[in-house]
Amino acid sequence: MTLTQTRPGPVRNTAERLSSVSSGNALELRGVTKLFGALAAISDVTLTVRPGERRAVLGSNGAGKTTLFNCVTGDFLPTSGTIRLFGEDVTSFPAHERIRRGLRRTYQISLLFGGLTVADNVYLACRGVSRGRFSLLRPRINDVLVARATELIEAVHLTPARDTLVANLSYGQQRQLEIALALAGAPRFILFDEPAAGLSPTERAELVSILTGLPAHIGFIIIEHDMDVALRVAESVTMLHNGRVFKEGTPEEIENDAEVQELYLGNGHG
Amino acid sequence: MTYAIRTTTTAQPTLLEKVPPLSWALALLLLVMPLFASNFVLFQIFGWTFILGMIGLSLMFLAGYGGMVSLIQMTVGGLAGYMVAILGTSGVPTISLGWPWWLYIPVAILIAAVFGTLVGALAVRTEGIYTIMITLAIASAFFYFTRQNYGLFNGYTGFNRVVPPDLFGLDWRQATPFYYLTLTCAALSYFAVVYVARSPFGLALQGVRDNPRRMGALGFSVTAHRILAYTFSSVIAAVGGILLVWQNAQVSPGTAGIPQVIDILVIAVVGGIRRPIGPFIGALIYVLLRVYSPDVLLAFGLSGERFKLLIGLGFLVIVFFSPDGVLGLWEKYKARREKQADPLRGGRP
Ligand SMILES: Nc1ncnc2c1ncn2[C@@H]1O[C@H](COP(=O)(O)OP(=O)(O)OP(=O)(O)O)[C@@H](O)[C@H]1O
Ligand SMILES: [Mg+2]
Repeated sequence: MTLTQTRPGPVRNTAERLSSVSSGNALELRGVTKLFGALAAISDVTLTVRPGERRAVLGSNGAGKTTLFNCVTGDFLPTSGTIRLFGEDVTSFPAHERIRRGLRRTYQISLLFGGLTVADNVYLACRGVSRGRFSLLRPRINDVLVARATELIEAVHLTPARDTLVANLSYGQQRQLEIALALAGAPRFILFDEPAAGLSPTERAELVSILTGLPAHIGFIIIEHDMDVALRVAESVTMLHNGRVFKEGTPEEIENDAEVQELYLGNGHG
Repeated sequence: MTYAIRTTTTAQPTLLEKVPPLSWALALLLLVMPLFASNFVLFQIFGWTFILGMIGLSLMFLAGYGGMVSLIQMTVGGLAGYMVAILGTSGVPTISLGWPWWLYIPVAILIAAVFGTLVGALAVRTEGIYTIMITLAIASAFFYFTRQNYGLFNGYTGFNRVVPPDLFGLDWRQATPFYYLTLTCAALSYFAVVYVARSPFGLALQGVRDNPRRMGALGFSVTAHRILAYTFSSVIAAVGGILLVWQNAQVSPGTAGIPQVIDILVIAVVGGIRRPIGPFIGALIYVLLRVYSPDVLLAFGLSGERFKLLIGLGFLVIVFFSPDGVLGLWEKYKARREKQADPLRGGRP
């Protein structure tokens, strides 16, 4: 079962060409600040992630983790600072331009198409990062993207529900669908926003196996309160606190850091 | 807004299996209608129903699939009608250019589509009530402009003797040819909408309706999709507008006046904006009321002019009882019957 497309699409080629000219980081944030009125949801965040790197972002409720993701994907434009994706300055790009360059995300609160079936949701995700978005011709039975959507549905164990309207899916199934949407096309860097929240232990184990099974060239950032999940899939950790980067290090360093324990692990979130 | 329009990319059953018997019966009935229906019924009732249904359908496409309630559809149709009069022939030879039909029809549709797209480009930056307001404002501006502009639109009088070309030696304003002409155009638009709803463009439009933010996060340009939806729907509205002008043999500011603009909304909502057949049902109800209610009112000793009140009341009743229009009522009734027939829920088997 392949989780990602082996044959890179045209979008990816362009993105790769662009990234080869530059520093070679998958993601680079410099002094990113996002204000909501007077509240600085994140302030002066500087962060670099290498291609293929798997990073966990930790932090208590309201630390600014989701806001960080929103700035990276372009859901919100940052108040100040620059964001580079595969070496290219994307700070002022709309979300869809960033996605077409290989960025993907999942949402903390599932953001799906309730009026469409599972198959249609995944098909749309595959279509969004390839050509023919405006095609008036229906996909044929042997359409590559339909086949690709079927594989993705299989990969997140939703095959029995493929023709179910998404509004009628269970919570856990919706979380799985979130992940399928993020894996569509040829992702190069994925942002997972609390993918394990609300999942049963079995579903969590499945999630971990999906994450660890991703091809090595795909880097990701995962926001996760469950340390078991976070530390099993990540090789580096960034701690956010009150919108600022508080600590960076390996999982061991963070786990054993006295300040972190006091601030985060100690107060019941671990 | 979330509508449950049921759609699937899975294995397609054959046409025969897919289409319910009721639809086959309806299609057959429509095809043989001229054998027994009077000329009045063919031309005035069905011809008009198909035309208004098409313009309503163009709104259904935007509202049902795109979540955008536009009041510009009748104006787009009116503009196409004007273009046919201006580019083709009419009773005002000083303005009409007398182009051949194979040129003026596509150009008229093209101009109307460009106009609809431009309105869309303005309107998609707004949401909900503001979309209604901005499109209504442009529709009113068009109405007053055509009334005051004599150089191109011939002002208050507009154009008379705007008739279809004599293709195949037929007079297309005769009842039976006109019936088949409008039926064909209506059926083509209907199937085009049904087909496109399942195309990448149509699916993406429904995605934009359900969740624009997520569509952006999947790589779609939400704005571009919304604007192109206006383009697509404008083509249908334009064809409807041309047929309307041919039916009346004239076009004037009143063709797309404010009441007509609102009537299209009423037709689509009364019929149901969730499915493409809805506007045609709405159009039939509207036309029947328009044509027959004055007689009924007169029989009760009331002024025939009161038909508008009747239509308004009908609109209120339907919107009150079923936000999904007549189609919604029908679906509720079906659901209730199925429930009764289900022995597990206490009904008779
Ligand atoms: N759209 C918004 N408008 C105003 N304030 C916002 C908005 N989004 C987030 N905030 C505020 O910014 C701060 C950071 O929120 P954010 O959602 O990024 O936190 P988080 O770290 O993801 O928390 P959680 O663990 O609860 O998901 C919070 O104080 C929140 O109230
Ligand atoms: Mg969050």
